[in-house]
Amino acid sequence: MTTATATAPARSHAGAPRRNLIGRIVDRLGSGLVQVLMILLGLFWLVPTLGLLVVSLRTTEVNNAEGWWTIFTKPAEITIANYGNLLAGGFGASFWNTVAITVPTTILVIGIAAMAAYAFAWMEFPGRDLLFLVVVGLLIVPIQIALIPVAALYGQAGIFGTIPGVVLFHVAFGLPFAIFLLRNFFIGIPASLLEAARMDGAPEWRIFVSVVFPLGKPAIASLGIFQFLWVWNDMLIALVFADAANQPMTKYLQSQMRQFGTNMDILSSGAFLSLIIPLVLFFAFQRYFVQGMMAGSVK
Amino acid sequence: MAVTERLDGPQDPPVDSTGGPTSGPADTPRPRRRLGPSPTIALLFLLPAALLLGIWVVYPIGYSIVRSLYDSTGGVFVGLENYGTIFSDEGTLRTVRNNLIWVIVAPLVVTTLGLIFAVLTERIRWATAFKLIVFMPMAVSLMAAGVIFRLVYDEDPDKGLANAIMTVVHDTFSSSQGYPDARPREGDESPVAAEEDGAVVTKQPAAAGQPVLIPIVGVKQEVLPADAEPAVAATGGDGLSGTVWFDFTPGGGGVNGQPDATEKGLPGMTVEAVSDGEVAATTTTAADGTFRFDDLPEGSYVVRLPADNFTAAYNGLTWLGPTLITPAIIGAFVWVWAGFAMVLIAAGLAAIPRDALEAARIDGASEWQVFRKITVPLLSPVLLVVFVTMIINTLKVFDLVFIIAPPSVQPEANVIALEMWRVAFGGGNNQGLGSALAVFLLILVLPFMIMNIRRFKRGDS
Repeated sequence: MTTATATAPARSHAGAPRRNLIGRIVDRLGSGLVQVLMILLGLFWLVPTLGLLVVSLRTTEVNNAEGWWTIFTKPAEITIANYGNLLAGGFGASFWNTVAITVPTTILVIGIAAMAAYAFAWMEFPGRDLLFLVVVGLLIVPIQIALIPVAALYGQAGIFGTIPGVVLFHVAFGLPFAIFLLRNFFIGIPASLLEAARMDGAPEWRIFVSVVFPLGKPAIASLGIFQFLWVWNDMLIALVFADAANQPMTKYLQSQMRQFGTNMDILSSGAFLSLIIPLVLFFAFQRYFVQGMMAGSVK
Repeated sequence: MAVTERLDGPQDPPVDSTGGPTSGPADTPRPRRRLGPSPTIALLFLLPAALLLGIWVVYPIGYSIVRSLYDSTGGVFVGLENYGTIFSDEGTLRTVRNNLIWVIVAPLVVTTLGLIFAVLTERIRWATAFKLIVFMPMAVSLMAAGVIFRLVYDEDPDKGLANAIMTVVHDTFSSSQGYPDARPREGDESPVAAEEDGAVVTKQPAAAGQPVLIPIVGVKQEVLPADAEPAVAATGGDGLSGTVWFDFTPGGGGVNGQPDATEKGLPGMTVEAVSDGEVAATTTTAADGTFRFDDLPEGSYVVRLPADNFTAAYNGLTWLGPTLITPAIIGAFVWVWAGFAMVLIAAGLAAIPRDALEAARIDGASEWQVFRKITVPLLSPVLLVVFVTMIINTLKVFDLVFIIAPPSVQPEANVIALEMWRVAFGGGNNQGLGSALAVFLLILVLPFMIMNIRRFKRGDS
């Protein structure tokens, strides 16, 4: 809308009123076209997920017979039977495994990264800047590089396939981003606050807990939501390091993919349940989510 | 770029975020006089992170490099043989080729779309809703996105949304109904005959005022449209008219070559009036099978049903087949990441001084010129960030390929990250080649790692 109002005065300088009128009509038409285009694009992004929801609410027989969009003429076909079948299978356990992996990972990443970030931001030690550059470098290391070595390590340590093994792997690979994000935020805390605390002789851990951590809340919230979603949605690490008893939802659903057609009931309802919590978090905390994402893309 | 960006536009910056990730270093010069704790305390704060990063990230890099020089079980030193395999084995070479396609296509499409969305959202009132919708896939797992797109790409137009839309669009612009295996009634008495290419042509030129009868047999029940009405003999009169119908009376009876009461017309047939081998006019049959050419110039015409009528109806594309699988998965990738690009670019757009744009407009620059000469150059740092992030993401792409490509076509869609998992864990059990693929992946992202470090050094000093 900004351009429509902005161009109008410009045109009135330029020419006769007649042209101005035509210009306005063209602007209106253009604006209308933009509206239609954006509605179509919005539908394009919304409808696939809507399709998943509808498919999950219809039986396999109905889904095999007709497209999910026929639901609008036959709303009576809705059933929650798929969700019943899903929970009767192994999905319930995998849901709790996802929770058991995601929550500790998020807490550990925040705690460990905040400590390191505080040291990088407000403590002097030899090699600090070089070490931080290493962290920046590690930001985009592909996970694949660690799969084989860590699998060997876990084999020796006897934690291959366990939830702690999965959690530790996630924590380690979450740290570079987390340290980067928090250090860049902590460094903006007014120096006077820290100096005052240090003058008073407060120990570092107390400054960390009672000054840095509370002041860093916005960044910690961004990190927390980002980290949570990242771990919740992971499939690769789970595929390698979680055995069948400890598998999260992504791995459970992946194991049902081979018979995509016949497992449609489980897959659609499971995929939809797996994305409910991320979506709720996203809509509730979208501000922090966007902040974390923007801070994380290295500028 | 402010940290306070949100999907519903910039808000008043909260007081406690004065030192955002970017504005921090410049705003707050470090205190000269050291008041901090001893390096020992710093070490204690760093220790947990250092241990985790050392054991889980840094050590594995060295391990993988060494391991990549040994054979599948690790017993025999093979030098660079595993790397040779990547470029000589047909299967792994295809993963490299596929990754190349990904890197060339996906970042460009995502960045372009993100730019278009960011610019267009400035012109609608419901920009917040639009941004939320397009950004939403970012929160969803790639596993779930994969299931969503397996559904979208289903080949059956009665199940897959993509083909359902394509069929509807196709049938809107091309009326050909599609009657596979249908053929003209044969025999000397029949007024029509099949040509070699499958078209059906009247044997004699149409007589003036006489309706043309085109009896068709062999129409499969399932392709006969539900809206087909009983065939009606065209009334003749001015111009050239006639009837195309299914010359078959269910249960027997009826007169061959005449539209009987229980026989159905064939709607949607393309009909051509041909004079001396040239198509003079084209029309389509109605629900009762009748057609009519008005305003034909005087002359001698035969009536032809082109061969298109007798091919199967259009059913869309085989998205999940070997040819289209990579473009199809790239489509899903774009769906996931366009929101990321849009939000970053929109934030950059909001930071552009409006004065510059206004001045250009007052000087008579068109919207396109303003966009091309001012907006895009000012946005180029953000566009670069988005583009590079997407390159890294495409190099690492794994989940979407693994989930969307059905097992039978997975070799066609395979990418390096997926092949690494398959080779080492997904049944291959070749940790030598697996390590080599992982190191290869690391080498591919290395330039961007160096770029990140350089950029950071520049920004921080």
